Amino acid sequence: MKRPEPIQVVKQRRDAALRALMNGVPYIRFLGIAFDRRGDELTGVLHYDEKLIGNPGLPALHGGATAAFLEVTATMTLCWATLWDDLEAGRIDVATLSASQPTRLPKTIDFTVDYLRSGLPRDAYARARVNRSGRRYASVHVEGWQDNRDRLFAQATGHFLMPPRA
Amino acid sequence: MSGTDDNAIVAARNFVASLPHCRALGMVVEAAGDGVATLSMPYSEALIGDPGTGVIHGGAISALMDTSGGVAVLSHSTGAAMTATMDLRIDYMRAAEPGGRITARAHCRHVTRSVAFVRAEAFDEMPGSGPVAVANGAFALERATDP
Repeated sequence: MKRPEPIQVVKQRRDAALRALMNGVPYIRFLGIAFDRRGDELTGVLHYDEKLIGNPGLPALHGGATAAFLEVTATMTLCWATLWDDLEAGRIDVATLSASQPTRLPKTIDFTVDYLRSGLPRDAYARARVNRSGRRYASVHVEGWQDNRDRLFAQATGHFLMPPRA
Repeated sequence: MSGTDDNAIVAARNFVASLPHCRALGMVVEAAGDGVATLSMPYSEALIGDPGTGVIHGGAISALMDTSGGVAVLSHSTGAAMTATMDLRIDYMRAAEPGGRITARAHCRHVTRSVAFVRAEAFDEMPGSGPVAVANGAFALERATDP
């Protein structure tokens, strides 16, 4: 049996690939979104900033910022899921992923957001589940929460057009 | 009545100017009144969602359409004091042309005591190309007179 790879090699490869995906997208930086990775599971983290506020009276996060956060989490999770096998099998070189050609991201066809309660002025988290992923289309559900994982403040479902496989 | 419309635009501009996220995206109220609102937003490299093409992220267009929906609701004669998005579905018809402004126009299709049903369309600067995105949403109304 093949010896397992050293942990640093595994982590370095996965984290570098994730960074390469994210760093290419300016809007992810603009909103202050980061991703926590546990194995192949991603959790989106929307770091609170005053510029995300859409109702200064309450105050509450802007519905558009919430929608964008959920959409970014859905897209990245989908992209990550399609990349994972190739990355782990060594069919993708992380160096080429980060450098020259920007990754071809899935395109959003439609996105439906369900606002369950107002977003509080603090960090928010989101996790997406790919419910169907075909060669051309994917359907993704994403849940967002803040203090309590069981009390979602928003959820969304979207359909995505997959990039043509190289 | 143009006097009423002017008041509605001033109210809408003050409202949007008070929202930090709208300021961050550079949103401007072009028109507002009678349950219809038009808002626009400049292109910015910070908003790019696809680095390969320079097309801005759908999330930014979603924020513009959401805000134009809210402004349309507040400008409606029903007299809502505040509104919150309950649900918004966006169909992304085509990529917005990089470099140009995005303009969204929202109108209240029907308003009940507690809910406004809103439709919005977003356009780039390509004439005759149709909307880049279309949205339908339900907005909850809060009335000043509610107990």
